[in-house]
Amino acid sequence: MFDFSTTLGSSRFDNPILTASGCAGSGKELSQFFPLASLGGIVTKSIMLKPRSGRATPRMAETPSGMLNSIGLQGPGIDLFLENDIPWLQTQGVRIVISIAGETVEDYAVLARKVRGVSGVAALEVNISCPNVENRGQVFACHPETARAAIEAVRRNVGGDFPIIAKLSPDVTDIAGIATEVVSAGADGLALINTVLGMVIDTSTMRPKLAGKTGGLSGPAIRPVAVRAIYQVHQALPHVSILGMGGVSNGQDALQLILAGASAVSVGTATFGNPLAAVTIKSELEAILINKGFNSTAEAVGYAHRAD
Amino acid sequence: MHKINNLATVIDAEITSNRKVGAYHHIAFSVGNMAAHVRPGNFVALSVGGPGASTVLRRAFAIYRSTHLGNNQGQIELVIAPHGQGSSWVASRAVGEKVSMIGPLGTSFGIPSEPARALLVGGGYGSAPLFGLSEVLKSRGCRVDMVLGASTAMKIYAPLEGKRSVNSLTVTTEDGSAGTQGRVSDVIPALIDENAIDVIYSCGPMGMLEAITEIARTKGIVHQCAVEESMACGIGVCMTCVLPVKGDDGVVRMLRSCIDGPVMDGESVQWQAKRTIPEGTWGGI
Repeated sequence: MFDFSTTLGSSRFDNPILTASGCAGSGKELSQFFPLASLGGIVTKSIMLKPRSGRATPRMAETPSGMLNSIGLQGPGIDLFLENDIPWLQTQGVRIVISIAGETVEDYAVLARKVRGVSGVAALEVNISCPNVENRGQVFACHPETARAAIEAVRRNVGGDFPIIAKLSPDVTDIAGIATEVVSAGADGLALINTVLGMVIDTSTMRPKLAGKTGGLSGPAIRPVAVRAIYQVHQALPHVSILGMGGVSNGQDALQLILAGASAVSVGTATFGNPLAAVTIKSELEAILINKGFNSTAEAVGYAHRAD
Repeated sequence: MHKINNLATVIDAEITSNRKVGAYHHIAFSVGNMAAHVRPGNFVALSVGGPGASTVLRRAFAIYRSTHLGNNQGQIELVIAPHGQGSSWVASRAVGEKVSMIGPLGTSFGIPSEPARALLVGGGYGSAPLFGLSEVLKSRGCRVDMVLGASTAMKIYAPLEGKRSVNSLTVTTEDGSAGTQGRVSDVIPALIDENAIDVIYSCGPMGMLEAITEIARTKGIVHQCAVEESMACGIGVCMTCVLPVKGDDGVVRMLRSCIDGPVMDGESVQWQAKRTIPEGTWGGI
């Protein structure tokens, strides 16, 4: 009997396909197309301390096999999110991974305290690919010290009820080094990868196409970057769970991330093109794993690293 | 407002006809029961480029007309301007090909409960959803006058059957190649007065909708418009297609034109601040 389930830190998921933060709205938008509980879990849109309008438009530019976005973490803020969105998700019977994002180390601490008491949380994703307003807008995830500080703040305030998953940026020279740093700071798992910083210039206006000038590149265009990052980090930290994401559009893509070392896979941009992408990928992945003779998802995790 | 169109489904819709009409393509799709849920103003989101294409995002198209014959027999018609990679791909599809379609999506035009005198204003292919709206309004005993404007005659979309469904049709073109030379906003004030208009419905470029909102405000009449913002998903998950809209509580929020629109109250849209986060916006930085 094939065991499709997987674990991230201490949390178990029925299957290894989740949504990616920022790519599933509040869950309600997708629930009209399929029961959310059919997925391994829902990763909610990274939520900040206060309501956020997000950035001006244009916020998006389609790129070859991908898209560039600069949404700016539009959202209701943690209080309204916990009051409105989480109770609804709890009625859906789906595993919930809450994603938080801060502008200061203290933001991360406060967010962690607020999430601490919420029941039914499977894991906490800590999005540290945000500008640090206390450090010239430098992204937390791009420096070992600030990445550590953000994760330590969460670790000190969250308790041990659910694993902390640090979401890392690929825009660093040594991602395994950052991963090692956040794990020593208390992260139980890693989410790899966030979007890749990019820019599109509109050749008619001859200015950056996005109002925010730069944006995060996602979609199949970045999948090889994700596979590489996951492979490198799994090699450095083979016992740390990885939630992989980056351009996964079908079951074979998901398998690549798992073979590289991901225990679970989030589907992001593919959902924009097809609301049923995640459930379709789940079915495809299960069939492929069985077909290749694996007895469980766990057997396939990191299989690309095996010795001959 | 704030209500997800829970009747949306994802289907492979077969193209049953594809005709070039002026600068546009009129394409009919066989859609089964999806047609039964369509209201004027709704849109569909189509995959473009075929399997393995480098275009990963859907394209949103306003529904021109929907016909439901019962027993899983339904048709949706679109009017497509092939000006980009995605719309050109759709326009070049042959009869018998299938395209992934999600619909119906978004809000629809509010229909008056009592017979009213309505002015429908369309810019370019933005006129598409107005003909279905016109049929519904006529069936409710409304008077319907229509204004269609474009840069040039080729870009006026006014099918014969559509013309028959209105009490009067006024055409404006910027180059004077058809109808009155000028813009729709040049002829609307007089039409409002002559026909004692109670409500304006509009669809077209944002600049036109802004101009109509100003006229409607001056005349003190209701204006419902279908906005055009570029979307990535069409289903409310990506937060790309937002624009600043003032709520009943007086607070401006960045709302999604795919879920809170495309049909919005013209007066509530903060046109002068489009593409920005106006000061005082909820959650503004």
